[in-house]
Amino acid sequence: MSNVSDVIIIGAGIIGNATAYFLTKKGLKVTVLEKSEYIGNGGSSRNGGGVRQSGRHPAELPLVMYGVKNYWPTLSEELGTDIEYYQEGNLRLGKTPEHIKTLEGLTNSAVSGGLDVRMIDYSEAKEICPYLSEEVIGASWCPTDGHANPLLATLAYYRAARRNGARFISGAEVTEIRKIAGRARRVITTEDSFEADTIILTAGIESNRILETVGLHVPMNPALLECLVTEDSPPLFYQMLGTAMADFYGHQSKHGSFVFGGTTGFEPYTSLGKSPPATSSSAPGTCRGIMKYFPVLKDLKIVRSWAGWMDDCMDHIPVIDAPEEVPGLVIGCGFSGHGFGISPTAAAILSQLAVGENTVLDISKFKYDRFKVRT
Amino acid sequence: MSANDRSRDIGAFSAAPDDDMIVCRCEEVTKGEIRRAIYDGMFNVREVRRFLRCGMGLCQGQTCAKLVKAIIARELGISQGELEDAAGRAPARPIEMRIFASERGRDE
Ligand SMILES: Cc1cc2nc3c(=O)[nH]c(=O)nc-3n(C[C@H](O)[C@H](O)[C@H](O)COP(=O)(O)OP(=O)(O)OC[C@H]3O[C@@H](n4cnc5c(N)ncnc54)[C@H](O)[C@@H]3O)c2cc1C
Repeated sequence: MSNVSDVIIIGAGIIGNATAYFLTKKGLKVTVLEKSEYIGNGGSSRNGGGVRQSGRHPAELPLVMYGVKNYWPTLSEELGTDIEYYQEGNLRLGKTPEHIKTLEGLTNSAVSGGLDVRMIDYSEAKEICPYLSEEVIGASWCPTDGHANPLLATLAYYRAARRNGARFISGAEVTEIRKIAGRARRVITTEDSFEADTIILTAGIESNRILETVGLHVPMNPALLECLVTEDSPPLFYQMLGTAMADFYGHQSKHGSFVFGGTTGFEPYTSLGKSPPATSSSAPGTCRGIMKYFPVLKDLKIVRSWAGWMDDCMDHIPVIDAPEEVPGLVIGCGFSGHGFGISPTAAAILSQLAVGENTVLDISKFKYDRFKVRT
Repeated sequence: MSANDRSRDIGAFSAAPDDDMIVCRCEEVTKGEIRRAIYDGMFNVREVRRFLRCGMGLCQGQTCAKLVKAIIARELGISQGELEDAAGRAPARPIEMRIFASERGRDE
């Protein structure tokens, strides 16, 4: 098979797979190169599935709002796979006046970005979700937030793009991008070489190794995030949950199990190895967080825990850009732990950048050259 | 690790008489669903598992892992040795949240 195509995508996470899907719909010949033996084995298959607008960075808010309006509600139909999208709102819970202050800050910022989110008191929160601890005193409530199944969404984009003719090669580790006549054109893997008019880099936290071969670098660091899943339970509630303290977040899945994540404070102190190591302290801490807000779940069994790296950018928002420095290259990385919710919109934009169309939303906040030295 | 082209020709899916057989009992996944997923591009245990949930139930694949592997190897015409098992993860056995939460003697 010829190794020349219109577009090469490096990295088959949800961003790469969804971009491949959009490009095949535009009729382009696409090759996707994935280092791992498994499609979607990075953050995309390890995340908490949150499709949240509340709490998002003001620059990122329009992207996720656009996706919640235009992509998520019809994605299962579009891709021919039930990706288990639930749009039942997000409750971010508080127990102390300080918590409420934090929530009000987040709420005001989101409201000024045009999002329907508001503060509610305990009794209103309890009406929405009757299983809350009585210690909760208030919450922020965003009725249009939700969640989906990241394993399914990532593989559904892959499946649909592959059906449309995209060529995916796993076990293909890209080591270098080479310019020809000043344009990024050739992509070298450990075993082979490929060529295309446009190269899209969506390799998550490992993007820098490849960017450095064309003299670019995005200021981002790996951070380790961890999740757990419970046995299945009869349906209790389908809101997305979080807290002012970020001591846990999560939701009940279609299957009946609860998927929860949490933070420990140790997230940035990790180093990239072969696969992200789940620590022994994260999941128990998350369990303590959950039980403080949902004592009703205390006897539910934990079945599995896992970890994933996020690509945490200096300003915690991604780079989505076709940098002037390297014609022919498009970058989509640095999603900083919220790339799942914005993946359909981000991928639509990346596909537009690849073919030189106007982007559906303004991306000036996501430019590669936005990072400036302090002095 | 060698390159695995997901567009290589593995022929077309054709229904088999034992497609209704349940392979993963915890999650009730049938042989036919697994075979279909392979033709949809899920070329290894991990992808099939993530796509269909087989091996993700209470027993975490202890009963069906071998069967799933054999089905994938057969459809792709490769040996089972070329397929890695899905990763095992903590906890080793399902454990109640309140017990998991109290590691290091903490009790909150
Ligand atoms: C535990 C956890 C919880 C999260 N929770 C949420 C959430 O609730 N909501 C939300 O919106 N986001 C969440 N995120 C973030 C979200 O998962 C990511 O932002 C998103 O999956 C990023 O997708 P991606 O395609 O950019 O990266 P990845 O999925 O990491 O994909 C990058 C791919 O590039 C491949 N690659 C790397 N190097 C090379 C190379 N040299 N050659 C070829 N391929 C290469 C990798 O193998 C990988 O498959 C969470 C993340 C984690 C880890």
